[in-house]
Amino acid sequence: MILQQLVNGLAVGAVYSLIALGFTMIYGVLRIVNFAHGSIYMVGAFMGLTVAKHLHTNLWISITVAMLGAAILGILVDHVSTRQLRSADPYSALLSTLGVSIALSVTAELIWGSSTQPFPSGMAVHTYEVAGVVVNSFFLIIIGVTLVLMVALYLFVQKSPLGVAMRAVSHSVDTARLMGINVDMVIRMTFAISGALAAAGGVLVSVYYDAIYPSMGYVAGLKAFTAAVVGGIGSIPGAILGGFLLGLAENFGAAYLSSGYKDAIAFTILLAVLLIKPAGLLGRHLVQKL
Amino acid sequence: MLTTAGLPLWGRYLLVGGWLLVPLLLGKWDYGLHVLIMVGVYVVLALSLNLVNGMAGQLNLGHAAFFGIGSYITALLMVEKAWPFWATLPLAFVISGMFGLLVGLPALRVSGDYLGIVTLGFGEITRLVLINWIDVTHGPMGVPGIPAPTLFGYAFSSKAAYFYLVTLLAAATWWVMDRLAVSKIGLEMLALKEDERVAQALGINVGRVKLQAFAIGACFAGLAGAFYAVYISFISPDSFLFNDSAVILCMVVLGGMGSVLGSVVGAVILIIAPEGLRFLGSWRMVLYGILLTVMMVRKPSGIWGLERRVRNAIRLTAGG
Repeated sequence: MILQQLVNGLAVGAVYSLIALGFTMIYGVLRIVNFAHGSIYMVGAFMGLTVAKHLHTNLWISITVAMLGAAILGILVDHVSTRQLRSADPYSALLSTLGVSIALSVTAELIWGSSTQPFPSGMAVHTYEVAGVVVNSFFLIIIGVTLVLMVALYLFVQKSPLGVAMRAVSHSVDTARLMGINVDMVIRMTFAISGALAAAGGVLVSVYYDAIYPSMGYVAGLKAFTAAVVGGIGSIPGAILGGFLLGLAENFGAAYLSSGYKDAIAFTILLAVLLIKPAGLLGRHLVQKL
Repeated sequence: MLTTAGLPLWGRYLLVGGWLLVPLLLGKWDYGLHVLIMVGVYVVLALSLNLVNGMAGQLNLGHAAFFGIGSYITALLMVEKAWPFWATLPLAFVISGMFGLLVGLPALRVSGDYLGIVTLGFGEITRLVLINWIDVTHGPMGVPGIPAPTLFGYAFSSKAAYFYLVTLLAAATWWVMDRLAVSKIGLEMLALKEDERVAQALGINVGRVKLQAFAIGACFAGLAGAFYAVYISFISPDSFLFNDSAVILCMVVLGGMGSVLGSVVGAVILIIAPEGLRFLGSWRMVLYGILLTVMMVRKPSGIWGLERRVRNAIRLTAGG
């Protein structure tokens, strides 16, 4: 029972990590909360669904399409709602991305319907039982894909020129600009990568639960934000740690405390972290406070 | 800080007189009255959120929760304990305010966008409690059959009666907000919004002002909730979603953050305009989203800013 909860928690936690990475990267570079992030995750997953349903492709193509679509969407969101607010206070950027988020989720409802739909994976599901713990192939895929993406992200941020530029911008926008870095391009790429990671998580979780619905973006966005804050916003390892911790906390909480309050666990953790240790577990950016 | 003082006296009398005659003009057209009653409810909500977001500059994305708490207090006391509406009203006011204090506490530690997410989380927790605490709240089924209020043996049975009641509530809220805006508390809030550090350096107890903003804002949202419960006579957790918080926020932003008159106008426009855009169906909400983004990107001065520009132009042409 405990091991089974651990497995479920890891699967959900992996997805939270993927979404939280986007929050943390955008926050690291721009110091804003991208409220539309959850909607990008949801719309990305729906793009994957559309491909899977109409072209009868397999899971890998769905994920690729979702990631590409969400990357473009991420750049668009930046273009319409945050590009103009580079020097404004974070408050304005939060509200302007909130507007985009509302527009995106209602549009998704109108295009794909508001009810829950199954997500055809186009592959056979194998179930394995190891020491009383039931694990299916989707669990292995979630963990596998998440690990691959995280390693890729790590290599990208640490080794590639663009990754170095990204880190430079997150240290200081002005200095980075003086060093000849195209800051706007870096920011666009950050939005693109954030969107792609979130969409990968969106397809994975929809396949895992065989369920996709437009309102999933809002709650997942909030939880991923929580994960990013718990790990320390702006910190990439922090987002990963926070995502897994939150996934585990939720599953154990739902199993041993109350399943009805499952969604409340995340917010309670968020409140507790913000009140006790606003910098998060691995964070270097302190929350502005007086 | 703009208040209704900007309107000439005769203009105000004309507006109030015209508004009070509306039920006569609309006669039996209940639907039209219904829309105007909802305008009244949202005027109270927008005004109360404006105090927190606009005047004090504390981002609150969970305002619908206080609206919900107020209406559940009234609904449950009337249905379960057979309390009269008028007795539940002060209770809804005070208890919502206490929750406002509770939500204000994180504002002492975090600010800006973080505070926005915390208040959002509070709204979500409130909804989950309303759904899951079935013994008390009746859970997802909601509370049906909330009785109509009675006054001196006269039961509120017509839409016109509710119209006058909500007008009274909205006018009272408006008056209080107008007074607050020019009071010591209002000026302290303004200082807090402009620069927290400077406000503190000026000797303002920043924490107290934040708590005051949240508490007073929540009180009036609870008041709107109490009215809404008896007017609609059925409430459920679905009546108080994040979308409602977002709509109230759009009203405040459209009106121009911090402007009392602006919030009223924002509420009127965003409730009445969609009726004309009914053919758009759910696309209306998309429009709200776009409106919010455009308002934020194009400098959030809102209707208040527009109104000020117009008045300045008039003063200039008049050779003032």
